[in-house]
Amino acid sequence: MSGQSDSAAEAKGWHSVVDDWAADQRTFRVSWGKLMMWIFLLGDTFIFSIFLLSYMTVRLSATDAWPNASQVFELVVFGQTVPLFLIAIMTFILITSSGTMAIAVSFAYRKQKQLAVYLMLATAVLGASFVAMQAFEWSKLIADGVRPWVNPMGAAQFGAAFFMITGFHGLHVSAGVIYLLIVARKLARGDYDQRGYEIVEISGLYWHFVDLVWVFIFAFFYLW
Amino acid sequence: MTMSAGYGDTQQHDGPGSFWTRYVWSQDHKVIAIQYSLTAIFVGLVALVLSALMRLQLGFPGQFSFIDSTHYLQFVTMHGMIMVVYLLTALLLGGFGNYLIPLMVGARDMVFPFLNMLSYWTYLLSVLVLLASFFVPGGPTGAGWTLYPPQAILPGTPGSEAGILLMLISLAIFIVAFTMGGLNYVCTVLQARTRGMTLMRMPLTVWGIFVATILGLLAFPALLVSAVMMFLDKTVGTSFFMPVIISLGEQLDYGGGSPILFQHLFWFFGHPEVYIVALPAFGIVSDILATHARKNIFGYRMMVWAIVAIGGLSFVVWAHHMYVSGMNPYFGFFFATTTLIIAVPTALKVYNWVLTLWQGNIHLTVPMLFAIGFIFTFVHGGLTGLFLGNVVVDLPLSDTYFVVGHFHMVMGVSPVMVLFAAIYHWFPKVSGKLLHDGLGKLHFWGTFIGTYLVFLPMHYLGFLGVPRRYYAMAGTDFIPASAQSLNSSITVAALVVALMQLLFIANLIISLRWGKAASANPWHATTLEWQTPQTPPAHGNFGPQLPTVYRWAYDYSVPGARDDFIPQHLPDSAVAVDDAQAYAKAGK
Ligand code: HEM
Ligand SMILES: [Cu+2]
Repeated sequence: MSGQSDSAAEAKGWHSVVDDWAADQRTFRVSWGKLMMWIFLLGDTFIFSIFLLSYMTVRLSATDAWPNASQVFELVVFGQTVPLFLIAIMTFILITSSGTMAIAVSFAYRKQKQLAVYLMLATAVLGASFVAMQAFEWSKLIADGVRPWVNPMGAAQFGAAFFMITGFHGLHVSAGVIYLLIVARKLARGDYDQRGYEIVEISGLYWHFVDLVWVFIFAFFYLW
Repeated sequence: MTMSAGYGDTQQHDGPGSFWTRYVWSQDHKVIAIQYSLTAIFVGLVALVLSALMRLQLGFPGQFSFIDSTHYLQFVTMHGMIMVVYLLTALLLGGFGNYLIPLMVGARDMVFPFLNMLSYWTYLLSVLVLLASFFVPGGPTGAGWTLYPPQAILPGTPGSEAGILLMLISLAIFIVAFTMGGLNYVCTVLQARTRGMTLMRMPLTVWGIFVATILGLLAFPALLVSAVMMFLDKTVGTSFFMPVIISLGEQLDYGGGSPILFQHLFWFFGHPEVYIVALPAFGIVSDILATHARKNIFGYRMMVWAIVAIGGLSFVVWAHHMYVSGMNPYFGFFFATTTLIIAVPTALKVYNWVLTLWQGNIHLTVPMLFAIGFIFTFVHGGLTGLFLGNVVVDLPLSDTYFVVGHFHMVMGVSPVMVLFAAIYHWFPKVSGKLLHDGLGKLHFWGTFIGTYLVFLPMHYLGFLGVPRRYYAMAGTDFIPASAQSLNSSITVAALVVALMQLLFIANLIISLRWGKAASANPWHATTLEWQTPQTPPAHGNFGPQLPTVYRWAYDYSVPGARDDFIPQHLPDSAVAVDDAQAYAKAGK
């Protein structure tokens, strides 16, 4: 058996594929930190998927009518009611922040530390404004009488699922803002000058993930 | 990939100085492992006491006035939850995973020692929150370890005031702790192996723990999410899991939720959880059997694939716990099929264990006794599982003592057998002392025979129709009076088993204090943890130079070799020339 893994010549077909993949001290050519972030995000993907599946299930099990999203989330702008106005802006902001983050990563790899710091700060500001607008939207819903346990516009599960899932996502964004600020500060201070700036990319992975999750929440809550 | 060679060779950790940094706020994986293990064994003893109290009530109903029906339900719940999550998961992964992974793959520590330390303290917090529920008004929850809503959070169920909330909080904290540890285990196995330690040369112990950790990282999210939702149902009055309910003639403020959703989420976690406990046990027992039978494990590659296959399949069988829940009957058909499919790789493993013993040079040491005991209990538990996996057979047996007998054999007794085997096997490395052999053998026979006397008759009680989670069976016509005598004898056996565990604890303490000093490799094992320069291994594990691995972990009784084992770090040139040739011939 050990002879098998000793000489690649003996292994054939499927076995040789496995041997190649299993051969080195490291399975993936990435750093420890980056791999850990990937695996963490895989688990987090499960969390959000289960939240969204649960939302779909209670939406089907609810006995009262489900409110119409484009009416609930409309906004009066200059005397005109525009459906999904705020959400469109929020989504745009968050996607923009993914862009600034990607540029930050690219600058970090080109060793342009100062620019990377600025772009991370910009990303954090965009993220914070997303959270602020989310808070505004919550307050609007609350003013309309929607609570986790009651909803004048129909099924109570609407408010429950909405507050729970957007709240959980909002916590992720807020944590991400803090994380970005910490990394940016340490980057500016020169803490990573020896080790290299990969940490920027790792925090970027987290940030892109949070944005991607938002796209799904957006689709399932606002467009369905 | 030469870039990764030499990784960590020079990065010998400084041995930290003071008592506090060395034993309390330690980031050394071995210290963390011991902290995890001691905490888990402590709560395990709490759960053992709870089971003894339940058995006293069942064996001698009404004789003990301090066990009323409320307490009984609370004991059932806490016993089940502690055993499954806070003892077995924590001890197998937090304890053995932490201790063995870096040593077995040839690393100096986990890849993120600080996170690892945090993982332990978070785990400790979850245990404290859980135990705190014994002291709050209303006591701990009595909802059953499955915590099914709506009853779990409604008045009438013990602990529906505060106990259930503490349980949910504690589980959430546990999941955070597990995630921090689990990320470490996975990354260490994938990225921090020493030179020559390919994945397909890793001992099966590491494989089992590795796959189990991945299962945990993907299954615990379901528990976390359902805990959050139930918490909201209880505290702010959402109705995720709560349908319209009329209680005592009054309609409650709930409506439109889906109780069955909770069952799906719970078992999406709960079934993989069985394998989170079982896969490390499978891995450990494989290594112990090979070492003490002085033979290579039969079908190593098959064993690895079986572990991976079982891990994957375990995510698609969960609803076999829900045949009586009222879900769509077609689900029953699907899940019965997948359940029977998962039996195939599982049976393969059992055959391979038995074939490993075949014509081996079996040493009936204490770890070996427990490992062989495991094969027995696991086969018994597994066979009854085949019955319960079929919808029509399960319907009448569901929620009876047959189920209690089944799951205790397969996921209670069997992993515990392996845990004992593992403790007896690795104690000399961990402590530098040998455990007392006579006490160990007594512990084995008492536990092995005792658990059979406890759990085999339960299957029969189940056929009679005795339901599970019942405090007492007053005047039930279809159950013969003799069932009560059986119950009394089960209780006596259970108390003996409990006493045996005190003997075990005594053995640990006595041997630690007065035991014979152990040599570095008392079982003549091949794996790296036995080849450390110091016993117990010092900080950094391997001295100035990390070992290089030249062979798989199972070179026992190689024809022509000097000894009947060749440690993984010996190159062929260190085995005499003719030995090497004989070895190459035998090496398939
Ligand atoms: C000496 C050892 C043990 C004894 C005497 C024992 C006894 C019991 C008893 C009497 C019950 C309650 C049955 C009922 O009323 O329905 C129970 C339930 C349970 N036990 Fe054990 N047990 C032992 C070890 C274990 C171990 C090692 C595990 C680990 C998996 C375990 C897991 C459970 C679970 C999950 C339940 C179900 C709890 C529930 O129904 O909510 N037990 N046990
Ligand atoms: Cu199952």
